[in-house]
Amino acid sequence: MTDKTMTPDEVAGRLRSGMTIGIGGWGSRRKPMALVRALLRSEITDLTVISYGGPDVGLLAAAGRIRRLVAAFTTLDSIPLEPHFRAARERGAFEMTELDEAMFMWGLHAAANRLPFLPVRAGLGSDVMTVNPELRTVTSPYEDGETFVAVPALRMDAALVHLNRADRLGNGQYLGPDPYFDDLFCEAADTAYVSCEELVDGFGDAAPQTLLVGRHSVTGVVETPNGAHFTSCAPDHGRDEPFQKLYATTPWPEFAERFLSGKSEDDYQQAVRTWHEEQQ
Amino acid sequence: MISRAPLPPPTRAEYCVVACAEAWRGDGEVLAAAMAPVSSFGARLAKRSFAPELLLTDGEAMLVGLDGEVEGWLPYRRHLTMVTGGKRHVMMGASQIDRHGNQNISCIGDWSRPARQLLGVRGAPVNTLNNPVSYWIPRHSPRVFVERVDMVSGVGYDRAAAAGATRFHRIPRVVSDLGVFDFETPDRSMRLASVHPGVTLEQVRQATGFDLVIGDDVPYTREPTAEELRLIREVIDPGGLRDREVRAG
Repeated sequence: MTDKTMTPDEVAGRLRSGMTIGIGGWGSRRKPMALVRALLRSEITDLTVISYGGPDVGLLAAAGRIRRLVAAFTTLDSIPLEPHFRAARERGAFEMTELDEAMFMWGLHAAANRLPFLPVRAGLGSDVMTVNPELRTVTSPYEDGETFVAVPALRMDAALVHLNRADRLGNGQYLGPDPYFDDLFCEAADTAYVSCEELVDGFGDAAPQTLLVGRHSVTGVVETPNGAHFTSCAPDHGRDEPFQKLYATTPWPEFAERFLSGKSEDDYQQAVRTWHEEQQ
Repeated sequence: MISRAPLPPPTRAEYCVVACAEAWRGDGEVLAAAMAPVSSFGARLAKRSFAPELLLTDGEAMLVGLDGEVEGWLPYRRHLTMVTGGKRHVMMGASQIDRHGNQNISCIGDWSRPARQLLGVRGAPVNTLNNPVSYWIPRHSPRVFVERVDMVSGVGYDRAAAAGATRFHRIPRVVSDLGVFDFETPDRSMRLASVHPGVTLEQVRQATGFDLVIGDDVPYTREPTAEELRLIREVIDPGGLRDREVRAG
């Protein structure tokens, strides 16, 4: 059996400019931030990013790495509007495919099931159809004859997700209240990289339904304690609200210089610790 | 004999809580979903008084009773099933809303390069085609109640009809700090259903950027009962968050 462990920078080394990358989590919750930071340390750009957007989108947008964003929203949760995403949109920095939350979910299901599309009762009548003129509709072949949106599969070159625990083979466990859509992201992608708070040798007598991600859908596993920082990763850690506020209110070059210019994830975590110590 | 000081009269915010609560009357065993403080207080008031069968969330992934005790699991993917299964009545916000109930939370200005990027459409398109959607708007102004929204996120009556998507489409009511609005008109355009005590019809007209349907005899929004006032003040919102969301009228 293959040991799939790697470092965040080794994950970035498997990715290429121009790829379509799915990012798990939701808003400012359980985002694979250590892997996003590894992307930021690389030269990779021109990405199509598929995400229930949070600071992953804000960081990549601010750094100019996104060519196209596929999303239904981008938020920091406790700060409703993501400032770097907003600024990038307002200066026309990238193209966008704006979908509804449910359309997005069924696009993931379609990709995970190798279907070209799935029908949804969503989008019709809204400007989602206007701003995505390539979207098609499909008519029920049964007697109801209802018209639906045919949401195309959101197939990805790579998915990045962060879980609470994982083993070396790529099995991943979530311990928080919500799986989000991380299993679907992994199954919808040609390659998937799971970062985790803690690498374990086995899951013991874990409740089986916490074993969210299966190794058959995982390419690489990365142990990154506090790797979702500054987003939440219940129950291991909550959102770092003071730091999130700093992120949202600091000019991008200043934030990037202080926290993202190091050579590794360890440098980032050290910079965060230093900042917290200064606040006391 | 015990004498009690009379209760201070209802504030504008308290009329709003009651008006929001009324949205869920008679809905049965559905999820009462709300985001903003006053609409959430309305959902809880409804459950505590005339609609005990309603379901509430903790704002994360659990279904909870009035005292926070867990009664179910509702992660996002199951929440979306409650939407498409129709077992939910949500009260959303709106950055813009028009006379047909089209709502925008996505962006202001041209979508391709917005003057102000907001949240994105979120679940508004799926919500409006599948489960009843009401709206709570704490600051009624011509910038919110507009002739035409910049990006239709939540679908209004005219757009739902044009798209042939009326099967489960329903906008029971819009509540603002000035009054309650519905679409009970022949062409499904917005009508002033009741005005909150202390508000004039002229104020409502002035604050609305399109021609509202205003009947000859507009009633006042109903008074809270003494028990409802007690629940709002002592149990549901003892910290007075409602008065920060809605200015005293």
